[in-house]
Amino acid sequence: MTVYLLRRLLQALLVMLAMSLIVFVGVYAIGDPVEILISPDADQMERERAIKALGLDLPLWQQYLTFLFRAVQGDLGRSFVFNEPALQLILQKMPATLELAVGATFMAVLIGLPLGLYAGLKPDSAGSKAIMAGSILGFSLPTFWVGLMLIMVFAVQLGWLPSTGRGETAQFLGLRWSFLTRDGIAHLIMPAVNLSLFKISLVVRLTRSGVRETMLMDYVKFARAKGLSPRRVTYVHVFKNILIPVVTVVGLELGSTIAFSVVTESIFAWPGMGKLIIDSINVLDRPVIVAYLMIIVMMFIVINLAVDLLYSTLDPRVRLEGKS
Amino acid sequence: MSVATLEVRNLQTHFFTRAGVVKAVDGVSFTVGRGKVLGLVGESGSGKTVTGFSIIGLVDEPGRVVGGEILFHGQNLARLSEEEMRQLRGNRIAMIFQDPMMTLNPVLRIDTQMIETVLAHTKVSHEEARQRCRDTLGMVGIPSPEERLKSYPHQFSGGMRQRVAIAIALLHRPELIIADEPTTALDVTIQGQILAEVQKLAINTGTSLIWITHDLSVVAGLADDIAVMYAGRVVEDGPVSEVLDKPLHPYTHGLIGSVPSRNKRGEPLRQIPGMTPSLLKLPPGCAFRSRCDRATAECAAPIELMELTLGRHARCIHPHMEAVAA
Amino acid sequence: MSDITADTVPVVALVVKDETPFRRFVSEFFASKIATSGLIVFTIIAVLAILAPWITPQNPYDLAQLDIMDGRLEPGSVGGSGMTHWLGTDDQGRDMLSGIIYGLRISLTVGIGSAFIASLVGASLGLLAAYGGGRTDSLIMRLVDLQLSFPTILAALMILAFLGKGVGNVVIALVIVEWAYYARTVRGSALVERRREYIEAAQCLALPTRRILFRHLLPNCLPPLIVVGTIQVARAIALEATLSFLGLGVPITEPSLGLLIANGYEYMLSGKYWISFYPGIALLVTIVSINLMGDHLRDVLNPRLKK
Repeated sequence: MTVYLLRRLLQALLVMLAMSLIVFVGVYAIGDPVEILISPDADQMERERAIKALGLDLPLWQQYLTFLFRAVQGDLGRSFVFNEPALQLILQKMPATLELAVGATFMAVLIGLPLGLYAGLKPDSAGSKAIMAGSILGFSLPTFWVGLMLIMVFAVQLGWLPSTGRGETAQFLGLRWSFLTRDGIAHLIMPAVNLSLFKISLVVRLTRSGVRETMLMDYVKFARAKGLSPRRVTYVHVFKNILIPVVTVVGLELGSTIAFSVVTESIFAWPGMGKLIIDSINVLDRPVIVAYLMIIVMMFIVINLAVDLLYSTLDPRVRLEGKS
Repeated sequence: MSVATLEVRNLQTHFFTRAGVVKAVDGVSFTVGRGKVLGLVGESGSGKTVTGFSIIGLVDEPGRVVGGEILFHGQNLARLSEEEMRQLRGNRIAMIFQDPMMTLNPVLRIDTQMIETVLAHTKVSHEEARQRCRDTLGMVGIPSPEERLKSYPHQFSGGMRQRVAIAIALLHRPELIIADEPTTALDVTIQGQILAEVQKLAINTGTSLIWITHDLSVVAGLADDIAVMYAGRVVEDGPVSEVLDKPLHPYTHGLIGSVPSRNKRGEPLRQIPGMTPSLLKLPPGCAFRSRCDRATAECAAPIELMELTLGRHARCIHPHMEAVAA
Repeated sequence: MSDITADTVPVVALVVKDETPFRRFVSEFFASKIATSGLIVFTIIAVLAILAPWITPQNPYDLAQLDIMDGRLEPGSVGGSGMTHWLGTDDQGRDMLSGIIYGLRISLTVGIGSAFIASLVGASLGLLAAYGGGRTDSLIMRLVDLQLSFPTILAALMILAFLGKGVGNVVIALVIVEWAYYARTVRGSALVERRREYIEAAQCLALPTRRILFRHLLPNCLPPLIVVGTIQVARAIALEATLSFLGLGVPITEPSLGLLIANGYEYMLSGKYWISFYPGIALLVTIVSINLMGDHLRDVLNPRLKK
C-alpha cells in the first residue's frame, strides 16, 4: 500500500512536470502580452522597463527554469492585471468553484441513481422511456443555453431566484461558503442545477446500462434460484455491482465538472476560478492561466487517486499493489 | 403408489421473440423418484436447460411456461404465485449452474452469499446461520471453512467455487436439486471428485437429482434413469443401463454411436449427419427425421411418446426394437 | 430413403435468405421510430443549412441589407423594408430566421468537419497502436490518456487562447480534443479483432500490412466507430457553440448559433428573449436529432446486449 502510494506520488510529480512544460510553452510561445499590458502610447524606454520587470526579455528556457524554480517554492508568478500572486488569486476563488461542483455532483447522484435504477429494472415501462428521453435531452441541451433559460424563467419572469453572484456567505474552516446561508443557497440553486444536468443524464444512463447488463449475469439468476427476495437481489446483488462504475465515473467526472463550471460561472457571474480563467484568457494574463492549469492538473491527480482508493474498497477483485 | 418427488407432464415453454415463437420446450414429460438421479441428456439447444429453469420458475422474458404440469410432491408448481415459488426455491428445490466462475457474485463475500440463503427461508440468528454454512462447506469438502467464509469468490479455483455453489444448494437439504451441467466447465479430475461427492450426498440425504448434461459418460456413472431430449421434446427415456446398452430411438442410437470411446480404433467415427433444426418453425412430426436413416413419409405425422417395452418410452415409429428383442 | 427428401428440406433450410449484415443493420435501425424521426429531422436541418443562400429571406452577413432601425424587433413584426421577421431581429436588425439558418450552416460545417478529420486521425492512430503494439502502442495510448484526462472544454479553451478566433482554428481545436476518442475506440476493437482467425489467415497469405489494416481490420472496427462518430458530431456542435458563446470561437462576422445566443444574452434580462431563445432551440433540435440516432445505433451495434 505504501509502495503503491509512493509510486503514484512519483507519477504525479512527473505528470506535473510534463504538464508545466506543455502549458508554459503553449502559453508563453503564443501572443505578446506586451501589446495588451503596456499602453500603445508608451515610449520605448517605458516598454523596455516593463518588459524587464516582467522578465519577458529572457530566452524561453530561462523563463521556464525561473518559473519552475519559483513554482517549487509555491510562487506561480504575479498576475499582470491584478498585480497579485497568481496562486493566491486562484486559491481565493477555489471554494466558490468547489462548492458549485460538489453541489452539482451530489445532485447528479441523488437524482440520477434512482432514475437509472428504475429505467434499468423496468426497461419497457412508459416511465423508463420518459426517463431515457429526458436523459438524451440532458445530454443534448447546451449547458450555456439552459443557464440562460433558467435565468429567463426563474429570475426574469418569475423573480424567484437571484441570477448573479454567490449571495451572502458564512465562515467555515476559515473560508467563506454560500451553502451555509439561506441567501447563499438561493444563489447556489440555479448554477448547481445548470451544471448538474449533464451529469444527471450521465448517471442515469450509466446506472441503467449497468443494471441491464448485471441482470443478465448468472450470479443474479443464481441469487434468485437461492430464493432471495426481489428486493435483496436488486439492492444487494445488482446494486453493489453497478455502484462500482457509477462511483468511479462520478468521481472522475468531478474534475470535468470543475472545468465545465467555466461556462456556468460565466453565465451566473459566480465568482469562481472558471470566471477568473475566462477573463484571464481574454486579456492574456499568462501567470494566471499557467497557475490555473497547474492547479487543475493537481486537482485531477488528487481526484484520480481518491477514486482509485475508493474503487479498491468497493471492488474486492482490485488490490492496490506496488508492482505494475 | 407413492408420489414421486417430481413429475413433469407435457411441459411447454415458449419464447415469444420478434422473429416468432421459439418452442424451446414442447411437450416434455418425465418422472423423478425419491432419492433417484435422472440424467437429462441432449445437445445444446435441445431445451434441457430451459426445462430446468421452467421447473424452478426462472424462465426469463420473453419466455413463458405455456402448458403442462410440474408436479412437485403432487403440487403443481406452474400454478404457484411468484412468492410461493420463491419460498420453494433454494429451500426445497435447489439449482446448481453450469459455470462456477459466473454463479457467485464477485463483489460479495462467501459468507454474505451463503448466510442470506439461510435467512431467506428460516428464522435463525445470524450466528446459527453462519454455523450452518460452515458445516455445509465442510460437508462438500472445503478445508478450513471458517477462513474460507471470509473470502471473495475470485480467491477460489473453479472447482472450489462449484463446491461452494453446491454447498449453497445443500443448505436447506432440498428434496430436489437441478444440476445444469455443473461439471462441464471443470477439469476432468475435479469433475470426478465432484461427481463422487454429489452421488454420496444424494444417497445420504435422500435428495432427488436432475442432472442436465450432454455427456453420456457422466450419466452412465451417476444416473438411475435417463431422458434424452431433441428439439424441445423427450425422444426416449428409461433406466440408464438399458437405454445406453440398447437404445430404441434412432437419435439416441446415433448419439451413443458418436461417443469416440465406443467406436473401434481405426474405423472412421460414426456421426449424425446434418444439424439440429431451428426451433422457430418446427414442422409437425418427428423433428429428427431429416437426419434419420430410418425415416419414412409417415414420420411427418405427429408422434407421441410411446411405451415400447416395460418402463421404456420412445417417440418413434421405427425404433431399434431388434436390439431389445435379441 | 430417397422418398423423404422432399419434405425434409424446410426443416433444415430455415436460415433467412440473403440477409447481409448491412441490410440487417438498416432494418434494425428503421425498426425504431425514434431513431428514424431523428434521421428525418436531421436531414431536414442539413438540407436547410445547405440551401441557406437560396431560401433565407435575407443575407445576414451582408451589412448593406441590415438596418439598425430594425433592431430588436419582436417576432412577427414587419421591418422597415417591409419584410416580416417571423422570429424577430437581433440588435443589429438582422433577421433571426435568416441568421439561424446561416448559423446552422456554420455549426454543422464545423461539427461534422472536425468530427470527420478527427475520426481519420484517430482511427489511423488507433489502428497503428493496435497493430504495431509495443512501444508504438504505449506512446499513442499515453497521448490518448493525457488527452482524455483533460476536460474537452478546458483543452479547447486553451488551444483557442493560443491560436486566436476563427472557423479554421475552432476546427483545429475540436480535432485536437476529439481524436483521442476515436483512437481509443478503434484500438479497443482492433485489439479484439486482431486475434481473430481471419487476420491470422490474412497474415499467412503475406498480404501487405496496409491492406490488412484498412481492408480487413478497419471494416470490422466500424460499428463502434460509427457510434462514437455520431455522438462526437453532436458533442462537437455543442462545444463549438459553447466556445463561441464564451467569445473564443467563430468571429462576429460569421455568427454560429452559439454566438447568436451570446448576442442575445444582455437583452434577455430586459425580457427580449427571442434573440437567444430561437437559436438555442435550433441548436437543441440539431443535437437531439443526432443523439437520438446515436443512441439507437449504440443499441443496434452493441453485441453485448444481443441475446
